[in-house]
Amino acid sequence: MDIVQDKTAETAKSTPAPGTSDPGKRIRVSTRDVSVFYGEKQAMFDVSIDIPDRSVTSFIGPSGCGKSTFLRCINRMNDTIDGCRVSGVVELDGEDINRPDLDVVELRARVGMVFQKPNPFPKTIYQNVAYGPRIHGMTKNKAELDEIVVSSLQRAGLFEEVKDRLDQPGTGLSGGQQQRLCIARAIATRPEVLLMDEPCSALDPIATAIIEELIDELRENFTIVIVTHSMQQAARVSQKTAFFHLGKLIETGDTEQIFTNPKEQKTQDYITGRFG
Amino acid sequence: MNALFIAALLLVLLGLSYQMGWSRSKKLAAAEGESMHSRPVYHGAFVAIWALLPALVVFGLWALFARSASDNYIISQLPPETSSLAQGEVTSAIQRVKSIASGFGVVGQADPVEAKAAEAYNQFRTLITLGVLAAAAGMGLLGLLWARSRIAKRFRARNEVELAIRIGLIACSAIAILTTLGIALSLIADALQFFSFVQPLDFFFGTSWNPRFQSTGSDAVGEYGLLPLLWGTIMVSGIAMLVAIPVGLMSAIYLSQYADYRVRNVVKPIIEVLAGIPTIVYGFFALVTVGPFLSSAGDLIGIDIRATSALTAGVVMGIMIIPFISSLSEDILHQVPNAMRDGSLGLGATKSETIVNVLVPAALPGIVGAVLLATSRAIGETMIVVLAAGNSPVLRLNPAEPVSTVTVTIVNQLTGDADFTSPQSLVAFALGLTLFAMTLLLNVVALYIVRRFREQYE
Repeated sequence: MDIVQDKTAETAKSTPAPGTSDPGKRIRVSTRDVSVFYGEKQAMFDVSIDIPDRSVTSFIGPSGCGKSTFLRCINRMNDTIDGCRVSGVVELDGEDINRPDLDVVELRARVGMVFQKPNPFPKTIYQNVAYGPRIHGMTKNKAELDEIVVSSLQRAGLFEEVKDRLDQPGTGLSGGQQQRLCIARAIATRPEVLLMDEPCSALDPIATAIIEELIDELRENFTIVIVTHSMQQAARVSQKTAFFHLGKLIETGDTEQIFTNPKEQKTQDYITGRFG
Repeated sequence: MNALFIAALLLVLLGLSYQMGWSRSKKLAAAEGESMHSRPVYHGAFVAIWALLPALVVFGLWALFARSASDNYIISQLPPETSSLAQGEVTSAIQRVKSIASGFGVVGQADPVEAKAAEAYNQFRTLITLGVLAAAAGMGLLGLLWARSRIAKRFRARNEVELAIRIGLIACSAIAILTTLGIALSLIADALQFFSFVQPLDFFFGTSWNPRFQSTGSDAVGEYGLLPLLWGTIMVSGIAMLVAIPVGLMSAIYLSQYADYRVRNVVKPIIEVLAGIPTIVYGFFALVTVGPFLSSAGDLIGIDIRATSALTAGVVMGIMIIPFISSLSEDILHQVPNAMRDGSLGLGATKSETIVNVLVPAALPGIVGAVLLATSRAIGETMIVVLAAGNSPVLRLNPAEPVSTVTVTIVNQLTGDADFTSPQSLVAFALGLTLFAMTLLLNVVALYIVRRFREQYE
């Protein structure tokens, strides 16, 4: 974390995207003119946005508007899709993440991701959480690993429920528990940025409330970007909101401003439920 | 009975009954002005089932009893003293009459009594055939009418048809199971006969294989030690698996995770072509190309490798098996949900870490299944070994020496003038039973492995 903070000055130099200037927080992720193509078809058009540190930024918009696609640009998960091409600049702490000599594995260790559908590995709860730390060789011994697993589970609010069955398969948990396990798994690698792709879409209201609370707590230490279908959720958990429509970024700003006084007609229409 | 005629009768019955059920259902629906419980197709199918079933039962019964009925009839036509003859002579007398009746020649001049019996038998056959056909048609019609009379507005034909489909499916699976049992039983009967000549202990733990053929003059039974053959089988299939598992699995991983889809679309069918090559062609390949190559390669590094050896046969068999493992494993790896892969990659795991830690464990049951299928193929494979293993049933540890396997020995023992009462031939059944038991054991072990280590992803 410390090393990263040295770069603050450098990042601040880059011109802020319109509507996102916020002197209180430094910019963590910044994109300029990002376009995404699936084969011949263009899915995203020239998206420029700045995402501030240690806050929650939510992406909203109707289905198929490209919010998830854009989210996956930030940790280059689009690389795994055949025929997908990204143009433009995505910077993490002022570093272009698409430059050829960047180690994508290192990038993804810094930018964690929680997926729409809970996808615990078919391993035990312990192994699920220990997966990242093991792969990155983050611990010297078993005691340290245990420590990471327990603290990650605690922060994900799952430890009390599973402490007696860490050796049971993670796939045996309920949907909400599985999603919290996936969050624990993601934060166990100590990422700096956490991307969440509709993390509550498969969950009931109670599990959703738990995860929203969790997001609010994680904001203290992580930069969080959350894609959500639920405008209420965006309003509840995020400080910044970006509205996407048909692959274009329509409007971005403070959540309160977006929901009370949107500048664009399309945003107004969407949040008042006139389409989408 | 003329099979074509029976098939035609059944088809006519099928069409007629379906049509009758269908049209009656339509008519009822129109008359009632309300919808029926089941759609007309189900009523048609229901009537068809009940028309065909009784007819098939009649034919089935006839097939069961036809032989004893006609034999009894022929005996009754022959002079009464025939039935007091020995079993074998009665059979041959009946056979003579049948041969005369069907117009085949018989040894010697046909006796007038026999000729008369044959003529009577022919008439009897015609009569019975007509009778059976009439009975089948009659029963079919009865079934048809009964089923048709049951059609009503609330009659649940759909449920009945579903039940019939279910019973049909159960019957089909039962056939597979019963066939397996039947094969095992037929092997056991002959194998037991073999063990009346040779002690089971001598067979299973004997280290020497030397079944002297009776044509060599002596009455000696010979030595039937299984171990040299078993060892040959294990060695050859072991070498084959050593070749096939790494190559097959790696190519499956490459194709499913690394290769561009265009590469995969070209390469996968090509690999699968390997599976379609007849094994005898692999045998040539082993004999003419691989054997001499291995032999000269061995010369280069100072190892004596025989051209026909366990090594040659094993390597070529391994090549033959690659597509089984690679193609099946590729399908299975492909079926692991992308969410698993993305989850691992999203945590910063590399491709190979993802494959080793997530994909292969998730696909393990399928991969073990593929390997097992391949192993069973290897154990049962015959032609490559016949040509390339050297056919030398001697217990040797060195894979560079010729060996023989269980399958090759079965071929050796059963080809030529096989006398199915001599131990030289019967030993083949004991060997077959051993192979059967081996593959069964492999299956059980694999099942255990799969249960123990499976990582279920849904």
